[in-house]
Amino acid sequence: MSRRLLVLIPYLWLTALFLVPFIIVLKISLSDYAISIPPYTPQLDIAGGWAAVKDFFTALDLENYWFLTEDDLYWKAYLSSLQIAALSTLFTLIVAFPIAYGMANAPDHWRPTLLMLVILPFWTSFLIRIYAWIGILSNDGFLNQLLQWIGLTSEPLTILNTNVAVYIGIVYAYLPFMVLPIYSTLEKLDGSLLEAAQDLGCSRTSAFWLVTVRLAKPGIIAGCFLVFIPALGEFVIPSLLGGSDTLMIGKVLWEEFFSNRDWPVASAVAIILLILLIVPIVLFQRNEQAQREADQ
Amino acid sequence: MVNDTAFAPWDDPQAKPLIRFDGVTKTFGNFTAIDDIDLTIYPKEFFALLGPSGCGKTTLMRMLAGFEETTKGTITIDGQNMAGVPANKRAVNMMFQSYALFPHLSVADNLAFGLKRSDMPKSEIQGRVDEMLRLVQLQKFAKRKPHQLSGGQKQRVALARALAKAPKLLLLDEPLGALDKKLRQETQFELMDIQEKTGTTFVIVTHDQEEAMTVASRIAVMDNGKIIQVDTPDRIYEVPNSVYVADFIGDVNTIEGTVSAISGENAELTWGDDTPALRATTSADLTVGNSAAFVIRPEKVAISTTEPDRHNRVQGAVEDIAYLGNLSTYFVRLPNGTLIKAQTANDRRLSQRSITWEDPVWLSWSDTAGIVLRG
Amino acid sequence: MRRFTWFNAISLTFGFAFLYIPMVILVIYSFNASKLVTVWAGFSTKWYGELLSNQAFIDAAWVTLKVAVISSTVATILGTMAAFVLVRSGRFFGRTLFSGMIYAPLVMPEVITGLSLLLLFIAIGLDRGVFTIVLAHATFSMCFVSVVVSSRMASFDRSLEEAAYDLGCTGFDAFKSVTLPIIAPAVISGWLLAFTLSLDDLVIASFTAGPSATTLPIKIFSSVRLGVSPEINALSTIIIALVTMGVVAASLASKRAIVRQHREEQLADK
Repeated sequence: MSRRLLVLIPYLWLTALFLVPFIIVLKISLSDYAISIPPYTPQLDIAGGWAAVKDFFTALDLENYWFLTEDDLYWKAYLSSLQIAALSTLFTLIVAFPIAYGMANAPDHWRPTLLMLVILPFWTSFLIRIYAWIGILSNDGFLNQLLQWIGLTSEPLTILNTNVAVYIGIVYAYLPFMVLPIYSTLEKLDGSLLEAAQDLGCSRTSAFWLVTVRLAKPGIIAGCFLVFIPALGEFVIPSLLGGSDTLMIGKVLWEEFFSNRDWPVASAVAIILLILLIVPIVLFQRNEQAQREADQ
Repeated sequence: MVNDTAFAPWDDPQAKPLIRFDGVTKTFGNFTAIDDIDLTIYPKEFFALLGPSGCGKTTLMRMLAGFEETTKGTITIDGQNMAGVPANKRAVNMMFQSYALFPHLSVADNLAFGLKRSDMPKSEIQGRVDEMLRLVQLQKFAKRKPHQLSGGQKQRVALARALAKAPKLLLLDEPLGALDKKLRQETQFELMDIQEKTGTTFVIVTHDQEEAMTVASRIAVMDNGKIIQVDTPDRIYEVPNSVYVADFIGDVNTIEGTVSAISGENAELTWGDDTPALRATTSADLTVGNSAAFVIRPEKVAISTTEPDRHNRVQGAVEDIAYLGNLSTYFVRLPNGTLIKAQTANDRRLSQRSITWEDPVWLSWSDTAGIVLRG
Repeated sequence: MRRFTWFNAISLTFGFAFLYIPMVILVIYSFNASKLVTVWAGFSTKWYGELLSNQAFIDAAWVTLKVAVISSTVATILGTMAAFVLVRSGRFFGRTLFSGMIYAPLVMPEVITGLSLLLLFIAIGLDRGVFTIVLAHATFSMCFVSVVVSSRMASFDRSLEEAAYDLGCTGFDAFKSVTLPIIAPAVISGWLLAFTLSLDDLVIASFTAGPSATTLPIKIFSSVRLGVSPEINALSTIIIALVTMGVVAASLASKRAIVRQHREEQLADK
């Protein structure tokens, strides 16, 4: 009895607050915009009996999705989100790998401290960490003050409110997610493998590529997904650091909902974003699965 | 009489050594890992570096492999000074203690790894890999990944990988340490067999004296960064040059005393107050009055219930018996408190043996069974 | 013994400089006397004073704290239950759906989670406010809690519970006196994670909060959109200080526990 209750309580909770809302989004994405409260039609009227339910289903259509393909704002936003997420994932990898490598090769008694230093920003407010960059990247910000002081530029560079700022923001915010999985694979790396590679004729550099990087691959892949997946639907970073021409789908969805109040289109945007995410998520799961099996 | 056909290049002044250590010292900060070592190793030898952990044997091997530079002194391999030659430029390969098999590569790719980085033409690599697989009898496992192999199979892959480039010198770092006892014994003979077949010089690092005794043509016993004795296994066992070596290799009874007479190789040692002097051989530079140690292996001590007709004999009482199946070791307490071990082969069934706890017994040994060493 | 090589030392220095300099600047300029955030005009704590007298911020902080405490507690209870179900219950009807619902919110973009919950609350006519934020936060946090707790449970030695039954415990007794103390570290870190996620959340709270309830992140976001302000710097400094103290204290405590355990084991061996 109590065991059944144990299953039932979280099950019902998640069904009511995760599955049902998701179905509602799906349903509204198939509805039409209407100037009413709530601002869409049709409304399901169960009191109307079977005929009303049937009417309800026949009124659903894919019209919003057609609309998304017609208006180039949307597919441009999807493409640009994919591009920004992919590029910033790459940049994060480039920044994160040397850090993870340095941590994994640090003296033993240093490593807990270094690990804590990587995790600490994660506990600090995301919003505040992004906000910190506004003061740095703005035209009269610290970066421009520094560049002008060194004499690299005479005019302030416009970085804030451009895609460059968005890249910096994503790299900065998601760096720990890339460092940690790479660090954990590098830390497990048996040093004698590198010596074996050298013993068999590799130079230090080729041993690094053939052994270290190759064996860190599961961690690199995991890190890339951990950055790419949330970056794709990111809202805070493009809206604080990006410009008006920075198109990211999270921001479009937000504006569609709050500014245009077009719930059906916002819902359709959400559904397509999810479909885009399915591929990386499945690949990520596969990678994790393979990693677990390899560890056994 | 010297047998001409025996393999003993170290006795031949004409023989050219493959490896030569000249006054090699290695320090890590304040710690001296290797302390002024001179050593020569000849081609086709199976040379064992034996010692407790931390004695410097692994450092010595890693200097041969090129993973450590010498602090002082020179190492030459095949006439070439190795100073500044990195590991990947040496005709030396190593079999790692952890095997260090690349987990992402199949067995065949592990074997081909070194070949791909050599001058060997691509077309010949596959043939060489097959040859190595045959050598270690792993033909069926070519496509497997390391984690799909048993410990013994991994060990053989590691050996084959190190041998694939046909190095002048193969280094084996505790090669059998991870295997269970039975497999270890089988593998020891396999190793010797492969060493003979390939004609490669093997240098093995081990802390297991039985392993060193079984496989090696010569053994270097090391302690605290120094080589204590280099000799063939039988001489290390029978004629140790120090109490340390005698004690490290096999089981030994040690009696401290004073040299009372010496003539050539024969020495007499007095010990205790009312015990007769012991006769033994010696090769140490001793004179009458020196304090010295008499050492004798337990299996050379005979045990009997009646008084034997030998000069070296003592009486005592059996305190303990360790029954090992094939052997029994008797722990006999002498009246002056010394404990002597005597080992006999159990060539009769247990019920028929006559000696048991508390029995008064005689221990005896021949005049050449024990040796006297500097104390 | 590993030592820092030049390459490693340099990459760690640059890496941590990148991670920490923005926050350090933020903290330093919270003590700036000038209204202009990027020009230093002398030391002053006046922005802290202004912040603490800004009733809107105080109210928002209060709402945020309330939401975080309640939602993380609910999430911890539900998440621990879900972890039990994931690790312990063999097959049951809809198991795949269940584990899917646990893992999906972890990768779901916040905008979608927020949107879907908002649409649900509207559909069932629930007035938005503190209560709806708590529901939303508890739902997505419980998934994080259950992942943390279930990874700990997977390594839990079942024979400990069996020993408890053997010594006469009932099911709940065994849970309370054996299982819970052992998984407690994971439950506590689950709670902390849920608490932090709730404190931090802007997007989901923006969707599910009505006009009656404003959380601190919503407040910060709306004022940051208008540009940098020294008051926000002051607020950020307070938050960073609290988090740093918390994390350092937690890691010192766990380090001390490890050292103590190590010493006790050494003593036991003697």
